[in-house]
Formats: sequence, C-alpha cells, structure tokens
Amino acid sequence: MKAILRKEINLLFSSLIAYISMAVFFVVLALNLFVFQGNILDSNYATLDTFFTLTPWILIFLIPAITMRTFADEKQTGTIEFLTTKPVSDLQIVIGKYLAALFLWTFTFIPTLIYFIAVKKLSLSEAPIDSGATYGSYIGLYFLGAVFVAIGIFASSITNNQIVAFLVGVFLCYLMYDAFFRISSLTIFQGQLDYFIQSIGLNAHYDSISRGVVDTRDILYFLSVISLFIIGTRTALESRKW
Amino acid sequence: MAVSVRNLSKNYNHQKAVDNISFEVKKGEILGFLGPNGAGKSTTMKMLTCFLPPSKGTATVSGLDIVQHPLEVQQKIGYLPENNPLYYEMYVKEFLDFAARINNIIPNAIDKRIKEVVDLVGLNVEQHKKIGQLSKGYKQRVGLAQALIHNPEVLILDEPTSGLDPNQLSDIRNLIKELGKEKTIIFSTHIMQEVQAVCDRVIIINKGKIVADDKPDNLQNVLSNEVLVEVEFLNEVAKEALQNISVIHQVNALASNHFILHGKDSLQIRKAIFDFAVSNNNPLLTVKQETKSLEAIFHQLTQKK
Repeated sequence: MKAILRKEINLLFSSLIAYISMAVFFVVLALNLFVFQGNILDSNYATLDTFFTLTPWILIFLIPAITMRTFADEKQTGTIEFLTTKPVSDLQIVIGKYLAALFLWTFTFIPTLIYFIAVKKLSLSEAPIDSGATYGSYIGLYFLGAVFVAIGIFASSITNNQIVAFLVGVFLCYLMYDAFFRISSLTIFQGQLDYFIQSIGLNAHYDSISRGVVDTRDILYFLSVISLFIIGTRTALESRKW
Repeated sequence: MAVSVRNLSKNYNHQKAVDNISFEVKKGEILGFLGPNGAGKSTTMKMLTCFLPPSKGTATVSGLDIVQHPLEVQQKIGYLPENNPLYYEMYVKEFLDFAARINNIIPNAIDKRIKEVVDLVGLNVEQHKKIGQLSKGYKQRVGLAQALIHNPEVLILDEPTSGLDPNQLSDIRNLIKELGKEKTIIFSTHIMQEVQAVCDRVIIINKGKIVADDKPDNLQNVLSNEVLVEVEFLNEVAKEALQNISVIHQVNALASNHFILHGKDSLQIRKAIFDFAVSNNNPLLTVKQETKSLEAIFHQLTQKK
C-alpha cells in the first residue's frame, strides 16, 4: 500500500496534474473572493461565506478531474494487470490510490487557511470574524473534498475511459452534494420524507458542521460515504473475476 | 513440483477458454506454452498469477494454492503480462524502485537489487531514460527486470518475444535460457523455432485443451508418422521409376535428378534407393533424412477438427 501511495504521489507531482489543479483552484477562488463583483472587500463584512459556498462547486469539477485517471488509465494501458498480480490486495491498491489523491486535496486545502487570516487582519473590529463557524466550515469543507475524492476514484474504476470517468464523477458529486437537497424540496415529499432525503445528501451535513457544531453524526456520515465509495471501487476492481 | 495444475477450467459466459487442463512443471524446467491465438494460453497464465480465478479446478505454485493463498503465490511469481504494460511516464529506475517496493523488498536492499537486475537484463545504457522513450526491445527488458526484481522462484512470461526484431529476439531468448538455469519458467509463444531453441518441454494447447505435452525432439518423432528422404542422383531419373518402388508413397521432384521421397519407414526407403542406384548404375550424390518441422506438427495438431 505504501508503495502505491508513494508512486501515485510521485505521479501527481511529477506530472503537471497537481500544479495545474492547484493553480486553477486558487485563481478561481481569489478572483471571486477579492476581485469580482460581490467580493469580500466590497461587502464590508468580515465573513468567508462566499468562500464556503463557492468552493464546493469548484471541487465538484476539480476533484473528478484530478482522480479521473486513477483507475481508468491503468485499465486503458493494461498496467492494472501489473498491479493486481503483485502481492498486494485489491483493497490496498484502492486505499493507496485514495490516500494519494487525498494528500493532494490536503495539500490544496491547507493554503486556503490564508483567507481566514487575511479576512481577520483586514477587519477593523475587535472580534472580527465568527471563528467557531469558520473552523466548523473548514472541517466540513475538508470532509466534503475527501468524499469527492472517494467518488472520483469510484467513477474512475468503472470505466477505462478518462472522459467518462470525469463526467460520471462530476455527476455523482453533484448528485451527492446538491441533488438530494433539491429533490427533498419537491412538493410531494413535503412534510414527510424531506428531512430524510435531505440527510442522504452531503449538503445538509456540510451546513450542519458549518454552523460551528462539530457533531459526531456528521463526521460519521462523511466517513461512511467515503467507506461506501472505497468498497464500491474495490468491487469494481474485482469485477474482472466475475 | 514448482507448478502443478489440476483440472483447471475457465469459462467466459458460455465459451470455454480453458477446458480441464492438467500439467506439472518441475523445478528449473523451461516450459514452452504453444498454441494459436485464442487457444487459452494467456487465460491459463492469468489464472496462475491470480489475476483471474478459475471456474473449476485449481493449481499450486511452490506448493501454495492459487485460490486460497493468492498473495503468497504472487510473491513467488514473476509475471510479464501480454503486451508488456508499463508506466511510460516513469523513469526506468523509478519504475523498478516501485516494483521492488510493491514486491515487499526491504528498503535497504532495493538499490543493490535494482543494480543487479539492470545488469542481468542488459539495461545499463538506458537506465536513466523514461520508459516511454525506450525501444520495444528495451521496454521488454524493463518488463523482464520488473518480473525478476524480487528473485521469484517461478517466472511466467506471456509472449515475451512478440514484436521484437531478430537481434532483440535472440537476446531475449538467450536471457530466458540463462534464467532457466536457476528458475522455473513458463512462457507462451506462437513461434516454433523459439520452442526448439529454448524449451526443455513444450505443451501445445488448442481451443482450451492440451493436445501435446512432450520434449520438442520427441514431439517431432512421435507425431510425424511420415518421413521425408531427400535424394540426389548424378544422372536423370524418371519420376515414375521411383514411384514404382513400393515403400515410397509419394515423390516430389525438385529437379530431374533431385527428389523428395515420402514414406513410412526411413530405413527401407534408403535401402531401396541404394539398390535402385546400383541396379541403374546411377551414382547417389545425396541421401538425407528430413524430419518434419515443429511448424508442421503444430499445424497438424491445431487444425484438425
């Protein structure tokens, strides 16, 4: 597993994938937070709300782009046969690759803490920013990215075409993040199933953590979804044996 | 036994890719796995390397069952898959380092081991390049180096020589022969000369079944029920005169004094020819017994219904 983790991280950072995806992420964010209309400086409020509502939508596209080659490429070139005939289990392969992509997401995530510091410094008042809610939002955002990574890797494992993997990944990320929330607000579910359907989606749990209350149920939910997609990926990898 | 296969079968939907095959490979033996495309060679190798599970039957590698102990089996096998899939964007040494780590070689020993296999397969000149930049022959060497890195007991090579030029071909063959002195090797091919040149034993497989299992030399003798004798006389001979000799079944004329004779018994043919030459006062220049080539045997075995 360590060997695979090492190889995948080397691959991400020796190719341009890591640098381009990080550059895209920061440029889009910086433009929206500090330059374009409706930016933090114009609004005169010391809050990172824009950052926390915008970032999930960037990640819906960015993370599947990073993970799309994970398995699709190995299947396309046949190196999957090289990997799976080595003395490592299929689950170890999946986890190795997941951790490598998670490492890149962590590496991308940490510098965004600068926005927090920047907004805090720019503010004039004594208690400038709602720290509790902001910390909670950061934790929620990190888990959200971690779930998207698992979804992206799963999408990559069900096809040998990287573009299909990307599109399926975007669709599943969107479905998990926003679609359940939207479905729950359809009138037919009103008052009965709406809360349940909403709580299947990521959005509800992300919002819940963002309020600054780190509830173990939400954390457990994120970890379960990650496990679910990792097991799904292993199943897809083992489907050659059926 | 290094490898022992018992009643192994593999079905893809309703098609039987491998149909109840059994064979054993002794330690240190080089086994050639021969057959037309789609005969089930690769499928058998994929089962032995635990890439695919068998539908029925099982096999053991160094005494370990492939179904029950896949990871231990994989630790003992060096495998070069068909078409030699490699990470083209990796450097040769980087890739071998990865192969060493994934095969659980202790980190301290990795550098030394990489150096050894690089020397062994002759990658010295090219070891600092990216794999994608190498020629096909060198890529094949990287594939072999990867399979050898953890010093496995059994090497399974799926068409290691396909697509190589004649020089590269003989290099790789010599390498396989060299490796066969210490290791058990199973390799598949559809080139007959290769089997003659390299293997201790050959298994011919067709439509998922084993149709022959013997030493290359024996295979030639046992399976060819027809012998060919090439004869050349000093003077012209009428073809009909030779056809009249009872032990000769068929005569092919190469020239007016040069023939290929077909029959069952080489000794009787040669004796009859000698008598014929004496009685016609026509000196013999050549009498040569020809053996049927493995190619012909291969056709014979794999084309009959």
